[in-house]
Amino acid sequence: MASASANVDKKTLWGGGYEPLKASYGKLMMWFFLLSDALSFSGLLVTYGFSRFSHPTFDFAAGKEFFFSVGHWPVPELVFTHIPFFHVNAPLVFVGIMTFILILSSVTMVLAVEAGHRNDKNDVVKWMLWTILGGIAFLSCQAWEWTIFITGTPEGLTLADGTVLKGASLAANEYGPVLFADLFFFITGFHGTHVLSGVIINIIVTYNAAIGTYHRVGHYEMVEKVGLYWHFVDLVWVFVFTFFYLV
Amino acid sequence: MSAVGTIEQAHAHAHDDHGHDHHELHWIQKYVFSEDHKVIAKQYLFSGIFWAIIGGVLSLLFRLQLGFPDANMDWLQPLLGGWIKDGKLDPEFYLALVTMHGTIMVFFVLTAGLSGTFSNFLIPLQIGARDMASGFLNMLSFWFFFLSGVLMFISLFTSTGPAAGGWTVYPPLSALPQAIQGSQSGMTLWLLSMALFIVSALLGGLNYITTVINLRTKGMTFDRMPLTIWAFFITAIIGLLSFPVLFSGALLLIFDRSFGTSFFLSEIYIGGEHLTQMGGSPVLFQHLFWFLGHPEVYIVLIPALGITSEIIATCSRKPIFGYKAMIFSIVGIAFLSFIVWAHHMFVTGMNPFLGSIFMLLTLIIAVPSAVKAFNYIATIWRGNIVFTPAMLFSIGLVSFFISGGLTGIILGNAAADIQLHDTYFVVAHFHIVMGTASFFGMVAGVYHWFPKMFGRMMDETLGYVHFWLTFIGAYCVFFPMHYIGIAGFPRRYYSFTGFDAFSSFVDLNMFISISAIFTVTVQFIFLFNFFYSIFRGRRSPLNPWKSNTLEWTTPINPGHGNWPGEIPHVYRWSYDYSKPGAADDFIPQHIPFSQTKESNLPGEVDKE
Repeated sequence: MASASANVDKKTLWGGGYEPLKASYGKLMMWFFLLSDALSFSGLLVTYGFSRFSHPTFDFAAGKEFFFSVGHWPVPELVFTHIPFFHVNAPLVFVGIMTFILILSSVTMVLAVEAGHRNDKNDVVKWMLWTILGGIAFLSCQAWEWTIFITGTPEGLTLADGTVLKGASLAANEYGPVLFADLFFFITGFHGTHVLSGVIINIIVTYNAAIGTYHRVGHYEMVEKVGLYWHFVDLVWVFVFTFFYLV
Repeated sequence: MSAVGTIEQAHAHAHDDHGHDHHELHWIQKYVFSEDHKVIAKQYLFSGIFWAIIGGVLSLLFRLQLGFPDANMDWLQPLLGGWIKDGKLDPEFYLALVTMHGTIMVFFVLTAGLSGTFSNFLIPLQIGARDMASGFLNMLSFWFFFLSGVLMFISLFTSTGPAAGGWTVYPPLSALPQAIQGSQSGMTLWLLSMALFIVSALLGGLNYITTVINLRTKGMTFDRMPLTIWAFFITAIIGLLSFPVLFSGALLLIFDRSFGTSFFLSEIYIGGEHLTQMGGSPVLFQHLFWFLGHPEVYIVLIPALGITSEIIATCSRKPIFGYKAMIFSIVGIAFLSFIVWAHHMFVTGMNPFLGSIFMLLTLIIAVPSAVKAFNYIATIWRGNIVFTPAMLFSIGLVSFFISGGLTGIILGNAAADIQLHDTYFVVAHFHIVMGTASFFGMVAGVYHWFPKMFGRMMDETLGYVHFWLTFIGAYCVFFPMHYIGIAGFPRRYYSFTGFDAFSSFVDLNMFISISAIFTVTVQFIFLFNFFYSIFRGRRSPLNPWKSNTLEWTTPINPGHGNWPGEIPHVYRWSYDYSKPGAADDFIPQHIPFSQTKESNLPGEVDKE
C-alpha cells in the first residue's frame, strides 16, 4: 500500500497520465525497442535468405549421394551431427537440446514474473536464478557448438587444387561456400550477444530483487521488462534455428 | 479516493518544496548532463548549427572545384594542407568532401538537428507533460549523438582523409581499404560513428513515442494533438523501424572490412591480385541501405512538414485545412516510405517487372504529398496572413516541397530514371525536396519557437532579409542543376572539363557555385541574429504569435517541470483560429467550451 501511494505521488505531481495501452512507459519502451531489434534481426535473416538462394543447392534428384563442396550450399543435418562426449552420428540433436534449454529458461522467466505479481521476493529470486542458469547453459552449449564447427572433421575437404580445408573460419570452411560459415558465425553470434547481455541484465535484476529494491518500490515491473526481453531473445532463436538448421 | 488524492498532493508539494531548498543542481547537471528536455533540445540545436556550418563549408569547397576547375586553390592551403597539390584540389579529397557533406547534412543536421531539437523541445510542451518519459535515456541519447559527432569530426583530420565512398557507402568501394584512401581509417570511423548515431536515434525515438502515448495531459486526445506532435510521433516510429536495418548492414560491412567475411564482396581483383572473398553481393547492401535510406528522407522531411503545419495555421489565423487528412497523409507517407526503397536501385539490373511495382508504389506517394501541399495552400487561402519570418520560411518550404516533389514524379518512373540516374537532375531533386525544404522547416521552427527557447525575440528585419536572400539563393543553386542533369552531367565527378559535351555548361556551373557561396554566406545573417538575440533580443511577450498550443501557457522562461502549478487541461483542438463569434481570433487549447459560449458550434460541450 505504501508503494501504491508513492505511485500516486508521482502521478499527481507530474500530471497528465493517460495510459492508453494500460502499460507503463517503461514497458512501452521495451516493446518498441523489441520492435526495433526485431528489424535488425530481420535485416540479418533477409541477408541469410538472399545469400542462401543466390548459391546453388545440391541436386538430390540426380540420385547422387550428398558431398560437401564450396560449389553448393551444405545440408545442415549433415554438418551439425555431433554431441559432446558421444561419438555418434546424431543430426541436430545437440542444437535441439540447446533450443530446449533456452525455451525452458523462458518458462522459468514466466514463473519469475508470476512470482513478481505475487510480490514473493524469494520466488522471484529463485526463478530468476534458474533463468540465468538456463542462459549460461545455452551460451556454453553454443560455445561448444562453435568449437566443433570451427575444428571440423578430421579429413576436411580437399579442393580441386589439392589444398585441404579443415573446419570453418570467416575466410573459408570445409562445409560449403564461404558465406555459409560467415552467416552462421555472424547471426548466431549476434543472437548470442543478445543472450549474453540478457544474462548480465538478469544478474543485475536478480541482485536488485535479492537485496529487496523492488520489494521497497512495491512492484516487480523490472522483472517483467527483462522478461519481455528474454522471451524476445528466445523467439528470435526459434527463427534463427529454423533458418540455419531446418531450411 | 479524492481525499487520499489531496493528501498525497499536499505531501507531494511538501516534498517538492523540500527539494527546492536543498536541490539546486550543479551547473554540470543543469547545462551539460542535463535531463531536462528543453536543455537537451538546445544542445541538439547548437550541435546542429555547428554541423550545418561544417557541412556548408565542405559544399563550398567542392563547388569551387566544380565552378572554377582551372582556378589556383593555393590560398586554401592553410585550411586544407596537403589536400591541395600544385594549386589543385586532390581528386580523392573531392570525393571525401562530397561524402562528408552528405553524411553531415542528412544525419547530423537534418535528422539530429531537426528532430532532436524540435521533438525534444515541443513534445512535452505541446502535449502538456513535465518532461520526457525518461530524462535519463534522453540525456544518453544526446551524448551518444555527441560521441558519434566526435568520431566523425576526428575522421575529417585523419591523414588518409574521411570516408569517400559517397554518403551511401556502397561496397565494394567502401569495403576495400585498397580501393580508395577514404576507405581506410576514415571509413572505419564513419561506421563506428553511424553505429553510435543509430543508438542515439533509437534512445531518442523510444522516448518520443512513449511520451506521446503515455504522458499527454487530460483532454489531449490523439485527435486534438497539434500536427507537429503527430509529425514527430510518426517520424520517431519510422526511425525506430528503419535505422536497425542500417545497423545490421553497417555491422556486416564492418565484418567485411575488418574480419575478412564476404557478405557484400565477390570475385574482386585489385592490383592484379585476387581477393579471397567469394559469393557475396554488393546489391544486397544497397537493399539494406535503402530500406533505411528511403524512410530517412521522410525522417528528415516529416518534422519540417509538422512545424510548417503549425506555423501556417497560426500565421494565417485560420484552422489548418483538413486536419484529419493531414494526419492520414503523414501516416500514409510513412507507410509507403517502407515499400519504395528499390526505386533508388533501378539501374542495378533488377527485374523490370519488379521495377514497375516499385515505380507504382513510388508514384502513389504523390497522392498524400499532394494532399499536404493543397492543404497548406488552402489554409493560406484568404487567411489573415501575418508575415513573420517563420511564416515566410514555411511558405518557402511549401514552394520547395512542390517544385522538388514534381521532379520526384519524373524520377520515380523507371524508364526516366535509367536515363537520369546519378546525374545532377537527381542532385537537384533531392536537394530541393529534402534538403532545402527540410532546412526551411528547421529555420522556420527556430524563428517561431525562439521566444519560447530563450525568452527573447529574433530581429524581424534581419529575418526577412535572411529569408529572401536564402530563398532566391537556394533556387539559383539548385534549379540550374536540372538542366545540366538532363544534359547528362554525372554527380560525384571531380572534373567535367575532360568531356567536350559538357564544355558548354562551364558558365552554368560557375553560376551555381557563385550562388552557393552567396547562399551560404547569407546564413551568417541568421547566425548573427540568432546569437545576438539570445543575449540582446527584445524581451518576448507570453504568447508572441497568439498561438493556441500549450507551450505558450508556460512562463516565458519555463523552469524544470514546465508549468509552475498544475498542468493545464485540454478541451479543444489546437486550431481554433478566427472562430466565428469569438471575441479574439484565437482560443487556446486549455480554454473550456463553457467559457466560449458565443462561439461554440453545436455539440461542442466539455466532456468530463
